[in-house]
Amino acid sequence: MTDIVDNSGVEDGASKRYLRTARKRSIIVFVMMAIVAFSVLLDVSLGPGNFPLSDIIDVLWDENSHGVSLSVIVWDIRLPVALMALLIGAMLGAAGAEMQTILNNPLADPFTLGISSAASFGASLAIVAGFSLIPYAGTLLITTNAFGFALLASFILFATTRMRGVNIETMVLVGIALMFTFNALLALMQYYSSETELQKIVFWMMGSLMRVTWSKLAICAVILGICLPIFMWRNWQLTALRLGDEKARSMGINVSRLRIEMLILVSLLSAVSVAFVGVIGFIGLVGPHMARMMVGEDQRFFLPMSVFCGALILSVASIISKMITPGIIYPIGMITSLIGVPFFLSLVLKQRKRSW
Amino acid sequence: MLKIDGLSASYGKKSILTEISIDEIKPGELTAVIGPNGTGKSTFFKAISGLLKGTLGEMVLNGDNLRELSSDVLARKICYLPQSVNTTAALTAFEVVLLGLKFQSGWRVKDEDAKQVEKIFAILDIDHLSDQYIGDLSGGQQQLVWIAQAIIRSPEMLLLDEPTSALDLQHQLAVMDLLKILTKKRNIVTMVALHDLNLAARYADKVLVIKDGKLRAFGVTEDIFRTDIINETYGVEVEVQTQPSGTILVMPIRSKRQLRADLL
Ligand SMILES: Nc1ncnc2c1ncn2[C@@H]1O[C@H](COP(=O)(O)OP(=O)(O)OP(=O)(O)O)[C@@H](O)[C@H]1O
Ligand SMILES: [Mg+2]
Repeated sequence: MTDIVDNSGVEDGASKRYLRTARKRSIIVFVMMAIVAFSVLLDVSLGPGNFPLSDIIDVLWDENSHGVSLSVIVWDIRLPVALMALLIGAMLGAAGAEMQTILNNPLADPFTLGISSAASFGASLAIVAGFSLIPYAGTLLITTNAFGFALLASFILFATTRMRGVNIETMVLVGIALMFTFNALLALMQYYSSETELQKIVFWMMGSLMRVTWSKLAICAVILGICLPIFMWRNWQLTALRLGDEKARSMGINVSRLRIEMLILVSLLSAVSVAFVGVIGFIGLVGPHMARMMVGEDQRFFLPMSVFCGALILSVASIISKMITPGIIYPIGMITSLIGVPFFLSLVLKQRKRSW
Repeated sequence: MLKIDGLSASYGKKSILTEISIDEIKPGELTAVIGPNGTGKSTFFKAISGLLKGTLGEMVLNGDNLRELSSDVLARKICYLPQSVNTTAALTAFEVVLLGLKFQSGWRVKDEDAKQVEKIFAILDIDHLSDQYIGDLSGGQQQLVWIAQAIIRSPEMLLLDEPTSALDLQHQLAVMDLLKILTKKRNIVTMVALHDLNLAARYADKVLVIKDGKLRAFGVTEDIFRTDIINETYGVEVEVQTQPSGTILVMPIRSKRQLRADLL
């Protein structure tokens, strides 16, 4: 027998086809990573002043190459904001992916279980009553309060689900109860607040990347650095979880423990992001959706892709928020929804049709 | 070899299985588990594979006391296929089966792993389904994929809960043939819950009858497939015939339970 006839691509076996798909998916993930990097660079280079990209890159390389003012603009304003968009987007993307996984529902997002409502209430309490959950918070009062209440909500969630057995229904029901409770409390705070306080609350909730500092960036990086490796380490178990509890348990997975563990990490990611930049919805829902459409739900591809999709959405939103009207930066939460929705819809429409 | 001593199982306070004891289920033999709906066949499988909290009694598989093993060791020794698996996951048939192979190992998929999955797909003749999402397959096709996932590793015991319930005649025979050969070749303990008595009679070496959570009978197929046992177990009237070829046939005649057609 000679190998004159080349059958490649015609009669490839299932394994070849799979390996090819897997390779294609890795490439998609890497391309996405490159696009995210490009978007962050664009975010840094764009803004009032119209400095050429080459100058910006010089300054990124050597802080003082183009004078103090450009150095301040790049290092103190634009770079932190661009990186915050990157990190928060990544956090929300990862949190959304794992929330959808543990709730076995692609419609879940990091804020499904009331964390954002609790955080908003915490922030409003700080704004209106000056009340602080964590003593001596000082200027970080609103941030720590939002974070504290977000964690409080997740703690109530863990405690009750642990008590009643960790299943999806309990988690969702308790989460919804928490969301309604904190929303009602938030409304109460708004009712009692003065006009300026009310304005402050509304602005806080809209979300803004302008509250960034280098120390906040460091905290975000550390938390991502803790959560992502754990998600990756659990990748087979998380993938198997989507086959249903019974199947996952028959594979030796301690489903309850896995859920609680993931819930803690997801809560941490979402609590930190809400506390730092306010409520930025949509990313945690749509980032994972885009990832799922492009690389499926094998967590080895799904998780990194969700991270990059989340990061890209927020980074692009950050660019657009300062491009619409020069000199004005629109609230980022608003922009993400406005630009995200059309893009998302186009993806949904492009997806292969289901005939049912 | 599997030995069960005084197995009882319950969901919370609701007791389902009571005091099931089986001296010995030999490896290399295919055991059919039969019995009416809701009598505890699935519960029996779940209890053995360690998925039920309220389990009492002793189960020993090849010298290991199953109740003392951790859940991941159990999952390596026992492969349990639940009666129905529903998923909306965006995973292809290939990925689902691969998961059955790789679920406790590192995350690098080697060429030989993929080859092994391909082999199972070829054995079950479902190669053409490998790239489709599991949720987009027909009921029977999905069942074949779950069977592929269940048999891809070589565990010490296979517990399959109605693996042929959605399959056409050809696939029923193919899957049962495969299970029979697999059981012999790998010398494993295989139990299959079945409602199709003819299929059970044709393929099982031993039959285990569960009714109302109790073990009603256990023995070689010819001894269990007797008119009186089947009639009593299911509340039906059947005729059990043995063909000249040795094949046992169960001919249903009628249900003994009065149908309340007047309520229609
Ligand atoms: N999760 C559960 N919680 C409470 N009771 C249950 C649960 N699962 C099953 N049962 C009860 O246990 C009994 C045995 O159920 P099981 O699923 O073992 O029956 P089965 O013999 O497999 O029936 P079938 O032939 O219909 O599959 C039934 O009465 C059922 O109502
Ligand atoms: Mg059953």
